[in-house]
Amino acid sequence: MEQMTGALFDAVLAVAVLTAVAYLIFFIRQNSGLRHVARMLMMVSGVLQLLYIFARFSRLGAMPLTNPHEAVVFFACAATWAYLTFRWRYKVKNFGAFVSILVALLLALAALFSATFSPAPAISKTLWLPVHAGLSLAAYSFFSLAFCGGLMYLLQERELKGKHFGYFFSRLPSLDALDQLNSHCLAIGFILLTMGIVSGSLWLWQVHGVYWRWGEKEVSSALIWLVYLVQLHQRFTVGWRGKRAAAMAVIGFVVIVLTLMLVVTPSGGAGIHGN
Amino acid sequence: MATDGPDHILLVGVNHKTAPVGIREKIALAAGADDSLTAFKGLPGCRECFLLSTCNRVEALWVGDGGDQAARDMTAFLFGDNLTENGADYLYRYEEAAAVHHLFTVASSLDSMVVGEAQILGQLKAAYRQAAAAGCVGAILNRLLPKSFTVAKRVRSETGIGLSTVSISYAAVELAKKIFGSLQGKNVLLIGAGEMAELAMTHLLNQKIAAVTVVNRTLAHAKELAGRFHGQAAALPELLARLETVDIVISSTGAAGLILLKENLVPVMRRRRNRPLFFIDIAVPRDLDPALNELENTYLYDIDDLGGVVEVNRGEREKEAVKAQLIVTEETEKFMAWRQNLALNPTILQLRRHVEEICAHELAKTTAKMPELSETNHASLERMLAAVAGKIVHAPLQYLKQQDGAGSERENKADVVRRVFGFDDESPAS
Repeated sequence: MEQMTGALFDAVLAVAVLTAVAYLIFFIRQNSGLRHVARMLMMVSGVLQLLYIFARFSRLGAMPLTNPHEAVVFFACAATWAYLTFRWRYKVKNFGAFVSILVALLLALAALFSATFSPAPAISKTLWLPVHAGLSLAAYSFFSLAFCGGLMYLLQERELKGKHFGYFFSRLPSLDALDQLNSHCLAIGFILLTMGIVSGSLWLWQVHGVYWRWGEKEVSSALIWLVYLVQLHQRFTVGWRGKRAAAMAVIGFVVIVLTLMLVVTPSGGAGIHGN
Repeated sequence: MATDGPDHILLVGVNHKTAPVGIREKIALAAGADDSLTAFKGLPGCRECFLLSTCNRVEALWVGDGGDQAARDMTAFLFGDNLTENGADYLYRYEEAAAVHHLFTVASSLDSMVVGEAQILGQLKAAYRQAAAAGCVGAILNRLLPKSFTVAKRVRSETGIGLSTVSISYAAVELAKKIFGSLQGKNVLLIGAGEMAELAMTHLLNQKIAAVTVVNRTLAHAKELAGRFHGQAAALPELLARLETVDIVISSTGAAGLILLKENLVPVMRRRRNRPLFFIDIAVPRDLDPALNELENTYLYDIDDLGGVVEVNRGEREKEAVKAQLIVTEETEKFMAWRQNLALNPTILQLRRHVEEICAHELAKTTAKMPELSETNHASLERMLAAVAGKIVHAPLQYLKQQDGAGSERENKADVVRRVFGFDDESPAS
């Protein structure tokens, strides 16, 4: 069983890297035949990630969010599916190239963590933990899309302001499309994050009998929530948009990655939702 | 008789390639075309002249005395009192065939910032009408300028250069799309109601924009232009208020200084809640503060910047441009051949007259001694002499009129004939 899931993860990683390479070549050559291939690969990659998570779920008998490896895979999977559903509604030129690279990097990061099955602690077998972790990671996945869009915005803005139309000008979409992507991902991500924090609080109450503790996890979640609250507030009140919003999306994501690292690594394989 | 020396075609000018907009501003002939033409015609040694002044170029064409003095006079005329330390460095100067070639290149829109755009031909025609009305054009320009229009038409019909006509306005649309995505439902504000404003709108109107507002110093002109786009008109003091509700601003006034400064726009952007604003400044001299581009969510392009956008897809037209260059070169040769013939004409006329005079002189001398000669016989003698004269000049005329050979060879031919017949008294051959 361990071998089988191990082989499945190798396949997940290989397809994700292949997708990123296909998108990258498409980005450079702008050959529309290749885009079709890359899009199909992205779908296959998304399905394989779901299969891998399901395989671990059936082995564990609980939501596979017990260690950093599983958490990062879930993050990547959520980002992939957030992109695929997003693409279904909006068309943002060459967005896939950026997202596929991010997904491949996340899965490569997951490969660095131990994938061994740790016996699920009894306390995590409650209803609220998987809900809380799933919602939070889904929120992060939307913020990661906003991060990709923010990077693209900053690159395109630089071309437009600098008035020299280099490599990215024709390859990147309009500023408006990227700004819309930003506000869309920010709104959905923020709702998911809020729900994630509320469910986490319910889990704490169920397990420890309190709604809030000043642990490192709680503080970092609150920090991330505040960062995005400020963005959302500024956007809808004074009209923070464009470059500033893009830069904030990039900064917010960096904060997420940093706090995740801080929370995950000291506890080793004990899981981001240990204690 | 200095003013009767050989005509010389001389062209001096600046364009978007040789001079930045800051220099072109200095020579944009704001004094009014008629005054400028009169001043130009008054230069010593000038027999015909023509002026073209657009926002991308100033071309001064002259037929008259050649040499450096003429070129210096023209440079001084163009820059006037604004001559900076090395203003002449930005100028180009073409003579004779090179000048004709340059004019044809300009007319065919091969030298335009946006190669293949059609606006330049209209501007050239208008400038020609003006020069003709001011009595500045003569035999040579009356042939050269209309010829340049037909060359332009030939280039347009025989090459693909005009097919994907791209203009500044097209470039502006492409840029606006990179900022706004789609232009559908966007509001456009025109500052200035001149011809350039109208031209800039040509591509924008196909983009399903929501509304056009025209702001102008003279409200009547604004109303007139706005009427053509079914838009609104407003007076200049309303500019800042109008800026709050529009997305794209195209400025093309004839104002001498800046009409919108960075600090004016800061509160406007706040009230707009930072919705992006795209400024296009096609006026020379510029209307809008270059510092506007430093503000967040504000994008400012002047005409030089727009040229950079068009550069992006210039490659496709490069091949067609080579074809067009061949046409221009061919037509230049044809025109120069016509010029040479014009130079030959005096020799041909003189040859005919010379022989006819000899015949008439000798006939008079002979008939004076023959009072008994009847009318019919006199007529026969005249006919005979005319035939002799015709046969004598036939071969030299053929020799002169032969079209082959380069220009210098044709000049030699005229010289040879003149020497053989001793037309130039001081010539050693006589």
